[in-house]
Amino acid sequence: MTDWSGPWPAEQDQPPWLIRGARLLGGAAADLLLAGGLIAEAGSAAAGPAAAGSLPAGAQVLDATGLIALPGLVDLHTHLREPGREDAETVETGTAAAALGGFTAVHAMANTDPVADTAGVVEQIWRLGRRAGRCDVRPVGAVTTGLAGSRLAELGAMADSAARVRVFSDDGRCVSDAVLMRRALEYVKAFDGVIAQHAQEPRLTDGAQVNEGEMSGRLGLAGWPAVAEEAIIARDCLLAAHVGSALHVCHVSTAGSVEIIRWAKSKGWRVTAEVTPHHLLLTDDLVADYDPVYKVNPPLRTAADVAALRAGLADGTIDCVATDHAPHPVEAKETEWQVAAFGMTGLETALRAVQEAMVETGLLDWAGVADRMSVRPAVIGRLDGVGAELHGCPLVTGSPANLVLYDPAARDVVDPAAHASRSRNSPFAGMTLPGRVVATFLRGTPTVLNGKLAR
Amino acid sequence: MNRHLISAADLSRDDALLILDTAEELAQMADRPIRKLPTLRGRTVVNLFYEDSTRTRISFEAAAKRLSADVINFSAKGSSVAKGESLKDTALTLEAMGADAVVIRHSASGAPHRLAGWVRGSVVNAGDGAHEHPTQALLDAFTMRRRLGRLEGLRVAIVGDVLHSRVARSNVRLLRTLGAEVMLVAPPTLLPVAVGGWPCEVSYDLDAALPKADVVMMLRVQQERMNAAYFPTVREYSRRYGLDSRRMALLPEHAIVMHPGPMNRGVEIAADVADSVRSTIVEQVSNGVSVRMAVLYLLLGGSEAQR
Repeated sequence: MTDWSGPWPAEQDQPPWLIRGARLLGGAAADLLLAGGLIAEAGSAAAGPAAAGSLPAGAQVLDATGLIALPGLVDLHTHLREPGREDAETVETGTAAAALGGFTAVHAMANTDPVADTAGVVEQIWRLGRRAGRCDVRPVGAVTTGLAGSRLAELGAMADSAARVRVFSDDGRCVSDAVLMRRALEYVKAFDGVIAQHAQEPRLTDGAQVNEGEMSGRLGLAGWPAVAEEAIIARDCLLAAHVGSALHVCHVSTAGSVEIIRWAKSKGWRVTAEVTPHHLLLTDDLVADYDPVYKVNPPLRTAADVAALRAGLADGTIDCVATDHAPHPVEAKETEWQVAAFGMTGLETALRAVQEAMVETGLLDWAGVADRMSVRPAVIGRLDGVGAELHGCPLVTGSPANLVLYDPAARDVVDPAAHASRSRNSPFAGMTLPGRVVATFLRGTPTVLNGKLAR
Repeated sequence: MNRHLISAADLSRDDALLILDTAEELAQMADRPIRKLPTLRGRTVVNLFYEDSTRTRISFEAAAKRLSADVINFSAKGSSVAKGESLKDTALTLEAMGADAVVIRHSASGAPHRLAGWVRGSVVNAGDGAHEHPTQALLDAFTMRRRLGRLEGLRVAIVGDVLHSRVARSNVRLLRTLGAEVMLVAPPTLLPVAVGGWPCEVSYDLDAALPKADVVMMLRVQQERMNAAYFPTVREYSRRYGLDSRRMALLPEHAIVMHPGPMNRGVEIAADVADSVRSTIVEQVSNGVSVRMAVLYLLLGGSEAQR
């Protein structure tokens, strides 16, 4: 088998790129010379590579005046739907959407058909990602065989496979059995794995449709109570502490969850958490007309929850933003609420939504955004160590040339018809959001240029 | 009035009173030898029923026919719905047939909202999941006004499974609009958690609520709730929240007993209470036809006049 541990051959041969005048992490303008898959030089505009006259032959120049440079974004929670639901998304279209959103790595959730619960399936998904070549696809392995919640999948085989799986999740379903969860947490310690839990007590959420509260009562839809999330998170934090393992909490959606995670972290336990862009920006008022584009699991919550999630992300209690990009075909949403599919697309709007929710509100600066959308998710996904698939690195000389150039001054109405995702179920459709991804580079190769796919 | 009747909240006080007054006029017609008006001649009303509900469907059918509308009954059983046709495709089919009004009954809350986005005709909600049943609330208000002479200031106790009841939701909204005071009485497990925000009082104690009530409306206990731990046993529910003759005696002299039907005799209502002179249960059925005639007349006849 090919050894993928070194730099990728294709990227070695790419012509160099000189990026002029980008504001690194929103700070001072600097030039970046990308060559050989790495940031060959990074410097202030005056003393940068261009001024030094060291521009290599054949280098292409990108004027990034006014643009912000961030390390390539890393998504811990993406549904690419392949294999099995290629009508909703494929690795090809999903990674195109990711690149257009500024991502250079995505974690592909395991709830495909067949489920990604064996070395064979995770390797297939990983290879599809390499073939698409637009961002690194890191398969997430199922915790239990078939996501059935009854016995552990072969976690070690997936970890040892070419895909080097480190994140395991039954996302879409909760590992609700306490013993099974304990064993999973314990077992993955052998290969520095992490269990990413979809925290949803199943009995408390039987048939649940929307946040349990004023809206569920008004609309006559079965309620999804906050306690069903919080009870599992509390239990899992205690289990992780007991066995000394790493827990990651998927799509935290309630104020109470933030408090519990803050408490667990204060104990020094190895607990991390993510929040989605939609939970940072949208509330359950939107479900009033029963439009299933707003149907998502966990459900949209109240304004008080949104405020607590933003505060938690700002103070680092919540480590990162993850999209939970969940594409669905039109017919899965053009239906009665209660039979519609749960989920929203998110890759192509994530950074813009985060700018709206966190930057425009003064809660995070761009260095903070880079931390929450690249550095920390890369650490949680174990993409910060060795090997070719290295992400979340600082924009300095010698780092892999994974970066996104972003225009924070742009402002536009979100039009899902223009998205590269195969699906159209964006909850931001028709909303005006700030920002525009201008270019994305994966190991020095542009995947997006001038807001369009470059390859 | 709005083009559709999906929620009791769609109705202003004037709209609601217009419907009740119109229903009153139309009710007079029931006593005439020929009980038919030509008002909706040439108009098509589709009864789109995804749930079994003989009484509501027949009521709407009778209402439409007495107004001379053409009626198409479309029930999920035996239709293409059973073969998996989506609500949207069914809506487009009805649209192509030229339905002027679609009366929809559906187990999914919000189905009429969705339908209204796909058809040009008027949508009348004949009950959607646990959401609303606005014509039931209208016929209940009509019945109360006929029996007690007013709605303003009337004290109405609604008793039972509020959590899953579309009848309760529509009644709370409509009665509030019409100036009545509502008290919901139920075990805490059968009330929405955020019921405190509703424009009504809430009590767990039926005995305490009855002496103050002008109207007591008993809700049906659904079979599937009986085995889902909302209450320990049917007998205990009946003892604590059922209306028997001892409890009926706690009511003021003039108070009436209502039930939207179908009843579980011996569970939420004792047989002798259901059959007592205070019971309006049979009247509610006949009033239902008059109220639904008024709704169809005002939604369809009204729009015709405007054209």
